[in-house]
Order: sequence, then C-alpha cells, then structure tokens
Amino acid sequence: MTTETKELTKQEAFLAYLLRLADDRLILGQRMSEWCGHGPQLEEDLAMANMALDLIGHATALYEYAAEIEDEGHDEDYFAYFRDDREFTNLQLCELPKGDFGFTIARQFLFSAFSYFQYERLKDANDEQFAGMMNKHLKEIKYHLRHSREWVLRLGDGTEESHERIQESFDELWMYIGELFYMDEVDEFMIKEGLGVDSSEFKKEWKKLVEDTLTEATLTVPDWDQFMMSGSRKGIHTEHLGHLLAQMQFLRRSYPDAEWK
Amino acid sequence: MENQEKLDEFQARIDAGEKIEPKDWMPERYRQQLIRMMSQHAHSEIVGMLPEGNWIERAPSLKRKLVLLAKVQDEAGHGLYLYSATETLGIDRSELVDQYLYGSAKYSSIFNYPTMTYADICAIGWLVDGAAIVNQTMLARSSYGPYSRANVRICKEESFHKKQGYEMLAKMADGTPEQQKMAQDSVNRWWWPSLMMFGPHDSDSPNSAELIKWQVKLKTNDELRQHFVDRMVMEAEAIGMELPDPDLEYNEETGHWDFGDIPWDEFWNVVKGNGVMNRKRIKDRRAAHENGEWVREAANAYARKKKLQQEKAS
Ligand SMILES: [Fe+2]
Ligand SMILES: [Fe+2]
Repeated sequence: MTTETKELTKQEAFLAYLLRLADDRLILGQRMSEWCGHGPQLEEDLAMANMALDLIGHATALYEYAAEIEDEGHDEDYFAYFRDDREFTNLQLCELPKGDFGFTIARQFLFSAFSYFQYERLKDANDEQFAGMMNKHLKEIKYHLRHSREWVLRLGDGTEESHERIQESFDELWMYIGELFYMDEVDEFMIKEGLGVDSSEFKKEWKKLVEDTLTEATLTVPDWDQFMMSGSRKGIHTEHLGHLLAQMQFLRRSYPDAEWK
Repeated sequence: MENQEKLDEFQARIDAGEKIEPKDWMPERYRQQLIRMMSQHAHSEIVGMLPEGNWIERAPSLKRKLVLLAKVQDEAGHGLYLYSATETLGIDRSELVDQYLYGSAKYSSIFNYPTMTYADICAIGWLVDGAAIVNQTMLARSSYGPYSRANVRICKEESFHKKQGYEMLAKMADGTPEQQKMAQDSVNRWWWPSLMMFGPHDSDSPNSAELIKWQVKLKTNDELRQHFVDRMVMEAEAIGMELPDPDLEYNEETGHWDFGDIPWDEFWNVVKGNGVMNRKRIKDRRAAHENGEWVREAANAYARKKKLQQEKAS
C-alpha cells in the first residue's frame, strides 16, 4: 500500500491548527473545572474556577473561528460535543486526570509557560481576527503563568511533604512535555503563511523559565533526554480522554435536536 | 458590662437606623447571633457549590458550561466576603469552618437535595437563587454594617444567576418534549424545598423576634416567603411552568397568593441529616479540607521562610 502525500490547503491547515489550540484548552479547562468546590482553600477554588473559565472561554472562541474557517455550517459546540476521541488533537498532557493539587499546578505551569511564548508570537499572526484573539487571551495566560509559578515555588520550597509531592508530579509529567514542541506539515504550512509559530524558536527560553523556576523551588529538573510520548496531534491518546469525553458529551448527544444554548 | 444604659443606647442607635460597625459596642448576644447567622450563610454558599458543580463537566453546551462555572465561582466569592465579614466579629475563618465540618454549625438544607438532571441547574438558578435574593435583599439593609455591605455585593450577582437559570428553564419549557418534561420535573422537585429556605413559620421561629428587634432581619420568615410566592407564581406562568401546589389561589382580600401546607416533616428530616445528599456533602467538604491541608501548610511554611529571609536581609 502506498500513501499518497496530499498537499494541504490553507483552509485545512488553518482549521487543524485552530482545533489543536482549542482542544488543548477545552480538555485542560475541563480537568481544571473538576476542582470546583474541592479546592484546598477558598481562594484557590476561586483561582482554579477562574483559570477553567479562561481556558474554556479561549477554546470556545477558537472553535467559533474554526467553524467560520471550515464553513460547513457547524458551530463551536459541534467541535466540542460531536467529535470522538480519534478526532481530538489535544496534547496528552492536558487529558491526564487532575491528580492532587500539586499535579494540577505543575501541569498548569508547564502548559502556561509554553502558551505564553506561543501566544506572544501568535499575536502578530498574519490574520487580524486570529491575532486579535491571541493578543486578548495572552493577558489571561500571563496570569495563569504567574499564579501557577508562584504555587510551584510555594510547594517546592514549602514543607518536606509538599516538596516530595510536587517533585513526583513533575517527574510523572515529564514524558508528556516533548509533544509541546512537536511540529508537522500543519505547522510548516502555517509558519510559511505567517500564521503559525515555529516552537523551536522559543524552546530555549521555555526551558530556561522552567529550569529557573524549578531550581528556585529547590526542585530537581528531570532528565530532558528521557523517552517522550507522541501522537496526540494525530489523535493518539491515553485511555483517560475517552472517559472525559463520555462525561462531557453525554447529555448533548442524548438530545441532539434540543436547543441547549 | 452590659448595663441597661448601654443596652438602651444600643437599641436607640438601631431604632434610628444607624449601622453598627465592628469597633462599636454591641451586646454579646447580638454578636453571637450574627456569628451564627453570617457563618451559616457563608457555609451555605460553599456547600452550594457542590450540587451545581455536579453539572459543570456535563453541561450541554460550551456557553452553559461557562455560565455555570462563572456562577459557581461567584458562590465561592460570596463565601469569601461572608467569612471576611464574620471575621470582623472577632472569630477566625478556620474556626468557623471547623464548626460546620466537624461541629454542629449548619448550612442551608436546600443543598442536601440532589441535582439529578441538568434542568435542576436551571430550576436552582430560578427558585433557589430567587429565594436567596429575597432574603439577601432584606439582609442588605441589616443593622450590622459589614453584613449589610456583603449582601449588597452578593445581591448584584445573585440577580444574574436567577436570570440565567430562568432564561434556560424558559428555553427548555419551550423546547423538545423531553426538555419540557425534564424542566417540569425539576420545578416539581425544587418548589417546596425553595419555600422551606425561608425557615420555619414565625410561630416556630424562636430567634425571629430578637433578630427583628435588632434589625439584623427586617422581615419575618412568613413575610419573606409570601413575597417569594407572589413573585414566583407570575414568573412560572410567564414561561408555562406549573407549580406543584393545587391550593395556590389568589386571595382578593389580602392581595397575595394563598398556598398549601408546606411538608415540614420532610424539611425537618433533611435538617436532621437524612436528606439524599447530606452525608455526601459533608464527606466531600471534609475531603477537600483534609486533602488540602498539606497545601495550606506548604503555603504557610513558604511564607514564614520568605519573611525570615527578608528580616535577615534588612
Ligand atoms: Fe450566593
Ligand atoms: Fe447564586
């Protein structure tokens, strides 16, 4: 069997790119929202609900734009509620269960730090609507980064127990960070069009921010060269995603003809 | 000393409509009653996050998911204002939290009912936030300054919650047959519990007279309940929802809607801990508190270290 390499159209590349960004945020926001009412202190219940709101809000805006680009009469909910596991292209990092508070914070820090550098560049993308959206969301990403970074410091340099716990979380998360910098033909196309970002450009800066933070938090930086997971941008996921989607989509799919907005 | 002169002076200030502020002299009993009421109000906001949080992950559209998340976040904020307001009476938040998680302090029984369907989220917004607004609008004029101000802030957000719940319920009432059925079923289950939110009848409410004398409350439970019923009857009619009370009837003489007997037995049963969700609510809140202990300890330890470093540096 031969696989023909089909040239991507701009529409296809843009749609795929928007969906990757949106899926990351919806799935991570969904995980974050699980904390609602269960946080370690009231202030954190507020902060985590706030981050979940931002993430899902960003995803919604991205899906709306994706629907426009796709131009098949879908709306934002279509992408969230009527696609299956293999069609979701979020990072595996985002779908892992929320774990303890330290795990949630460690993941949020790694993700927000990446988003920060990514959006810093995407805000100058060669598409007014897209660039405007990135610029708007960047403000909130900065807050997520600051908030999660502060907690990495507190937990890393807090008590012996908190130090051990968050160290373990970083160790566990490490094999999922390789995918942050994965790039394929979609990225290449988007970079060529001035719409996407070359993540290798800021990999050093991102690594430095992560290393500096972990070091300040008295934590050990895990081995950068260890085995890294891959495949999520092609729809390969852990088993966790299916359960998350089953929960998220069940009501909407049970009554697909009903108006729920 | 609580001599008569001081008590009279205090009562005179209340009667003149003055606000009592944290530094002012107040009878010990006034302070205790406020701590009880305000902290109960705060605990209710927090426990109230659970039944609604139950549907965030399953909300049927992205818009409704965002609306619900924002609402539950607001409730956490209400809890925070109310704990802060209660702390002005000289008691710590941590002590108050211990009192409801491990002691005998109460929270509103309404949150011990289950949210079984998504329509329950809409019915709660309309009826439960609606009842809370009636209560909190009165409390916004309460004699204790910090409590009154906290309620002013809270009321603004509650009206929004009620509006969103009511709007979505109206859509369901106007939607597919399944949605209509789901909406009516929710209203049937939440109607009586929402009436019970105003507390027992005045004749069975031992604290009422004292609270009114001190203008902590300005109206009795039955007055507030009647006000609520009058409004809800109109609002239900406007969206084609039936209220599950065959005795509802407009009374020309009083200008109010008469309603049937409230099922108090059920209410007291829930208060005593036998509601469908009582045990689970407390279990969940305890788990959040206990699982968060290492986090709070870490934050404290870190803050101490930083303070020490600063002191050394200067
Ligand atoms: Fe509230
Ligand atoms: Fe509310």
